[in-house]
Amino acid sequence: MVQDVDQASGNNFHYIPNTEDDRREMLRILGIDTVEDLFTDIPPEHRNPPLDLPPPLSELELRREIEGLAARNRHLREYASFLGAGSYNHFSPSIIRSIITRGEFLTAYTPYQAEASQGTLQATYDFQTMICNLLGMEVADAGMYDGASSLAEAALMACRITGRGSVSVMDTVSTTYRQVVETYAHPQDIEINGLDARDPRITDDTACIIVQHPNFFGYLEDIASLGRMAHESGALLVVSTNPIAMGLFRPPGDYDADIVTGEGQPLGIPTSFGGPYVGLFATRQKYVRQMPGRLAGQTVDSQGRTGYVLTLSTREQHIRRERATSNICTNQALMTLVATVYMAALGKRGLRQVAELCYHKAHYAASLIGQIPGFSLPFQGTFFHEFPVQCPVPPADINRHLLERNIIGGLDISDRVPNGMLLCVTEMNTRQEIETLASELSEIVSR
Amino acid sequence: MINGQNVDRRTLMERSIPGRIGTVLPALDVPAQPLPQGEMLRDGLELPELAEPEIVRYFTLLSHLNFSIDTNFYPLGSCTMKYNPKVNDEMAFLPGFASLHPLQGQETTQGALKLLYLLQGYLAELTGMKGVSLASLAGAQGEFCGMLMIRAYHHERGDKERTRVAIPDSAHGTNPASAAMAGFDVVSVASDSRGNMDLEALKDVADSHLAGVMITQPNTLGLFDTNILELCDTVHRAGGLVYGDGANMNALLGRAKLASLGFDVVHLNLHKTFTTPHGGGGPGAGPVGVNDTLLPYLPAPVVGRQQENGGDSFSLTTPEKSIGKVCGFHGNFGVLVRAYTYIRSMGNTGLAEVSTNAVLNANYLMQSLKDIYYLPYDRTCMHEVVFSARDQKARDVRGLEIAKRLLDYGFHAPTMYFPLIVDEALMIEPTETENKETLDAFIEAMRAIDREVSEDPSLVNNAPHSTPVSRLDEARAARQPNLRG
Repeated sequence: MVQDVDQASGNNFHYIPNTEDDRREMLRILGIDTVEDLFTDIPPEHRNPPLDLPPPLSELELRREIEGLAARNRHLREYASFLGAGSYNHFSPSIIRSIITRGEFLTAYTPYQAEASQGTLQATYDFQTMICNLLGMEVADAGMYDGASSLAEAALMACRITGRGSVSVMDTVSTTYRQVVETYAHPQDIEINGLDARDPRITDDTACIIVQHPNFFGYLEDIASLGRMAHESGALLVVSTNPIAMGLFRPPGDYDADIVTGEGQPLGIPTSFGGPYVGLFATRQKYVRQMPGRLAGQTVDSQGRTGYVLTLSTREQHIRRERATSNICTNQALMTLVATVYMAALGKRGLRQVAELCYHKAHYAASLIGQIPGFSLPFQGTFFHEFPVQCPVPPADINRHLLERNIIGGLDISDRVPNGMLLCVTEMNTRQEIETLASELSEIVSR
Repeated sequence: MINGQNVDRRTLMERSIPGRIGTVLPALDVPAQPLPQGEMLRDGLELPELAEPEIVRYFTLLSHLNFSIDTNFYPLGSCTMKYNPKVNDEMAFLPGFASLHPLQGQETTQGALKLLYLLQGYLAELTGMKGVSLASLAGAQGEFCGMLMIRAYHHERGDKERTRVAIPDSAHGTNPASAAMAGFDVVSVASDSRGNMDLEALKDVADSHLAGVMITQPNTLGLFDTNILELCDTVHRAGGLVYGDGANMNALLGRAKLASLGFDVVHLNLHKTFTTPHGGGGPGAGPVGVNDTLLPYLPAPVVGRQQENGGDSFSLTTPEKSIGKVCGFHGNFGVLVRAYTYIRSMGNTGLAEVSTNAVLNANYLMQSLKDIYYLPYDRTCMHEVVFSARDQKARDVRGLEIAKRLLDYGFHAPTMYFPLIVDEALMIEPTETENKETLDAFIEAMRAIDREVSEDPSLVNNAPHSTPVSRLDEARAARQPNLRG
């Protein structure tokens, strides 16, 4: 990097305004000669250690280097993709980027000072309203970390509500989600039981049934009868869902679900190699005081005008400390805002349209692939926009071939379905992409 | 920021007019497929109907009702509200990062994996730790991971009696909450008269039941705990491990490595020290770093490097005795790109300049205000200073009112009533990205408010007066919760 001509008065770091003159003046006020005097509380043998890091870069050099790293990745703008499994490629209207990069949203703090944070708070209230409507639930929080951790928090909450010590996870729930639930449940000595979809059984110590709907394989579950079974034995029904599917299908709230969670990423958030996303979390009004996470509430100011505050905070760690409902503090607020703008932009008609586009395109793809000799659809039932196919050869081989044709294939799920590949089709996939995929798959078999 | 007169505060749903649309989608280009039976389909969906310009104007209006770093100084202690470089966002938005699917074949994501690998190394170097996992999505989740690793370590050794975690009474609320989530009983340890953790009180609980201790260094009083070597030694001799809450790392960049002070595990808040934007409350990222002892327990995934055929390749790995997964994929990648960008921009020499200027600015504020606001611990502070408004309270104005009045002067409130051990605490952190003129204006505002406390206390007690709303009725919000429109 270029060094300043006059080191004594210059400053080489453009995020730090203090000049040498500023520093001298402050040191004079402090009555000390050097900034080193401010660090003498650090034991001398541990003070100012060498730092083995690269030297500073100018913005020009920085961009060149990082753009170089980005260029080494093959991404969804260049490749047709049929990959889903918890992270989905959807259209995100331009207004989202434009709104969330406004510094007033992007660089604001958590809205504890309500009078200085009405924008963030009102947008959060809009989010809670729309998520309740979408999921058919009575109350939603301001968002959790992601879909997986949100589900884990739901399991803990169900145990708190029922005073029971085990949770039953359907075997069609994402393995990753189950792993995260285990990480959270294990230290609380909560037992995790697998629930066989063909023969579900629970005990009188079961706090909740956890079901994914659509499930990991893309299929809708019979959550109505699972809910009846749970409620008959005093357990809760916890549903992890996909918000885009809710544009087309009846929401879990209609089936008497007690807690509904979900990955909010499909609501306009880029796939971004897995994060940041946002966890959806909704429940019944009567359980609101057992909820984790922040809640924005409407109130009035001293002049009677409508305003918003964070409320029911006595559930939270900054008040309740070790007796809080969760340790969550920083959440994914900006991603909550993305989802809010997305739901506003898509609106009543648009969300239904996106869901229908996904449904029709995925079913079209399934019908084409199902006709290719050697390929079959192993599952029966209704799926939304994802479905496993059983392939005649290992999916890894297929994906290598597809990649050469600029296609990112589905997820290899050979560990769960022999030679299984989980394909996802959204509104981003054109008819041509779908037909190219089908013809490439036929070519693989014919070789 | 605009004030409250004539602002249309109707919500999105209240603005909805049937028939309007906010985006146009392409027509279906494949043959329509049969939809499932009617009872599975939903018949109504209550979402707004608004045209694009209305949506943009609505959210722009909302943005004008916020304070933010781009518009205001946030002297918010322990939150490190410093400037968020714009280039960080631009790098995170590059299609090669933002449009990357987390489950793509790793041969197609080598650039992203390399970035994560390098970031792990940079954070390890800054803390002196042996290994880092970037998986945890926020500071509190990092704490939870740290506690789970300590638990797993003791259990692995068959030492299941260690059920207690000691936490100083000055600690952030997430510390006890995270320890409790990890299945520990929390023991609170008092602070001594200099603001350090009381060494004798720690010795009282340092027994065969102690799993570990959670220490924030510098602590939430903004003070470097000068007993740190002995504190860590006490815990280690009792068989426990030392957890470091890295919330205040902005004071120590390039100045001290937590591992060499005796910490076994530490989390960092990338949304504080490493300039990723707070976004109105998140997303953050809370990577955890560990020493040799805890290396096998790190949460998954950790990025590993393989050297083959003269080149490097990178892959996601699960440590041998990993505590497991805490998120759906590989962490808050977009946040990690921003932190990487920041570290590369500042480099080795720049990061030390950060702590130097952050600490200098905090001491300058301390020196310039301690004649007016009571300073309970009168010693050199690190990156933040905690005053008490006890002298103002004696004149019938509490810290909360002073904080609200600061909003009228265009400054965000300091952190208030925290740490809990200081009466009427006002915790102020200027950061290195504020210039001296701003610090001087803030000092002048704090002095002016103190004059108002004497001359016109009701002016302060009824503040704020210039924000979009006046003081909000929080009691009503909690008593009659209205959480959706």
